[in-house]
Amino acid sequence: MSVLTTNYLTPTGREEAWRFTPLKRLRGLHDGTAIVGGRNSLVTKAGLPQGASFTRESLAPLAVSDDVIIERIRGEVSDVAHLSIDANAEIKEPIFLTRSAGALDSAELSRVRISLGTHAVATVIVENIGDTLLAEDLEIALAPGSSLTFVTLQEFDSKSVYTARHHAVVDKDATFKSITVTVGGDVVRILPTVEFTAPGASAELLGVYFATTGQFFEHRMHVDHAVPNAKSRVNFKGALAGRDAHTVWIGDVLIRAVAEGTDTYELNRNLLLTDGARADSVPNLEIETGEIVGAGHASTTGRFDDEQLFYLMSRGITLENARRLVVRGFFNEIITEIGNEEVQERLMERIDGELERAGA
Amino acid sequence: MSVLEIRGLQVSVDTENGSVEILKGVDLTIKSGETHAIMGPNGSGKSTLAYSIAGHPKYTITGGSVTLDGADVLDMTVDERAKAGLFLAMQYPVEVPGVSVSNFLRTAATALRGEAPKLRTWVAEVKGAMEALNMDPSFATRNVNEGFSGGEKKRHEIMQLELLKPKMAILDETDSGLDVDALRIVSEGVNRAKANNDLGVLLITHYTRILKYIKPDFVHVFANGKIVEEGGPDLADKLEANGYADYVSK
Ligand SMILES: Nc1ncnc2c1ncn2[C@@H]1O[C@H](COP(=O)(O)OP(=O)(O)OP(=O)(O)O)[C@@H](O)[C@H]1O
Ligand SMILES: [Mg+2]
Repeated sequence: MSVLTTNYLTPTGREEAWRFTPLKRLRGLHDGTAIVGGRNSLVTKAGLPQGASFTRESLAPLAVSDDVIIERIRGEVSDVAHLSIDANAEIKEPIFLTRSAGALDSAELSRVRISLGTHAVATVIVENIGDTLLAEDLEIALAPGSSLTFVTLQEFDSKSVYTARHHAVVDKDATFKSITVTVGGDVVRILPTVEFTAPGASAELLGVYFATTGQFFEHRMHVDHAVPNAKSRVNFKGALAGRDAHTVWIGDVLIRAVAEGTDTYELNRNLLLTDGARADSVPNLEIETGEIVGAGHASTTGRFDDEQLFYLMSRGITLENARRLVVRGFFNEIITEIGNEEVQERLMERIDGELERAGA
Repeated sequence: MSVLEIRGLQVSVDTENGSVEILKGVDLTIKSGETHAIMGPNGSGKSTLAYSIAGHPKYTITGGSVTLDGADVLDMTVDERAKAGLFLAMQYPVEVPGVSVSNFLRTAATALRGEAPKLRTWVAEVKGAMEALNMDPSFATRNVNEGFSGGEKKRHEIMQLELLKPKMAILDETDSGLDVDALRIVSEGVNRAKANNDLGVLLITHYTRILKYIKPDFVHVFANGKIVEEGGPDLADKLEANGYADYVSK
């Protein structure tokens, strides 16, 4: 056990990056008062397929970060949980990583690396479960021509606090697809960020979140188009139900002057299922060159569609079941992208349960 | 033997300029096996009548009654009306994103039958119902009404009518937007439901051509929020020839 002593700038809540986050509920992750426990909770769920290895080693960070908590983690932890996929390995079955332990009275500072060799293909599913206090610096390195589907499931129990950056560095002609699902926890704050280091790369950031009574879920995207001819798509869908459910979606996309031929579109849709919940949605497109294929964004916030509910109910379906169908339907587009029936059904049942608990 | 009784039904909608009365006292009685056609000009309130019976939240009942076999329909929630045996084939069926037709149908059948249909027989049942309406099996995996053509939506409505087996069906312009073949196929579906379930039908239409396939026992002229004339099948031909001038000028 040790106490964080390094003196970093502590966020006050006035900073742009922290203006939505309930700092008081971070249990000291942001100001260094959290006691650090000795946990290394990330483990493989089953045996690894050929071409994959999971080790702990000392690794230098892939990319700089301006996030205070990420800086704290890097200051304290050199040991990195590293899932590595060999060049040219094509792994069909998803690789599951899960959490072996959690605690609320001490923090886990975690560093994770997922790296794919050239032309490697893999799907990695990370299950974040239980009640825990966890700050994580997760970096993904995609070598040229590789392709990763990265699924991160925040299925925490109700008291968890999770703050993380999930940063992907995408090299030439590599394909990154992430599906971020947040359905549990007290405070979850994820920075899904992408940087392209060579042309021809693409990134698709998909996500769903469902916050119920009192929960705070923040997803703060940053996609940096610093090279020509890269493509990015962002599509996050959120639902909220119950008093003081609060979600934040920030979509920062930067197209630098050199990034000619960029093609980007970002979308955030929110469904407010009851009164008393709040969804903040801030798309932010910065364009420094006009020589692009396309750049756009859209953000919508709606309520239950009475016509849909009426149609379903006119076929004998109760209001409760009609709502459940509509919410499942809303999330379905993204959940099915996971491509694993068992996980998808588990998430849908969790969503049903959250809906029921919120009394929506 | 069932009876749907509409007595003095008055309905209004809320608008920016206050409440507007649309139905001004509708009287109509439909018995099992009977087919009643309602014809009337645009905006006269035909869909309002249909939606009010089904319980759409947009409409406020300001007077009158609707009963099915004596039970107060207006007191029921929308799903309770369906469970009591009412069915509305909508003029504009609603798209439900992300909900597959097969999931929707099974959920509806489970609700109406009180238990989930046995999977083996259910799959065959749905397949049969789709084939009967010349719908490609791929519709089962598509989202409810999403991207369906106008005619496909109407077939989907009648497919539900056949699967869900109500006692009374209100068909709101089911014939609009159907090509000649689809009109025949859809009409045959309605006639099957009539034959198999002794269905009572309230058929709202603008055209006599559907009445060649689905023979009405009664024709009602609807104008300005109420029924202004009643007659037999020949009244429809008269309307087609003369229009509604006699009824709306008053
Ligand atoms: N929200 C509203 N505000 C004002 N008027 C409304 C509103 N909703 C319905 N109405 C009016 O109610 C009247 C009846 O509409 P309804 O849809 O029942 O007509 P209809 O007989 O079915 O017509 P059609 O043959 O075109 O389908 C119309 O004049 C319509 O404009
Ligand atoms: Mg109408």
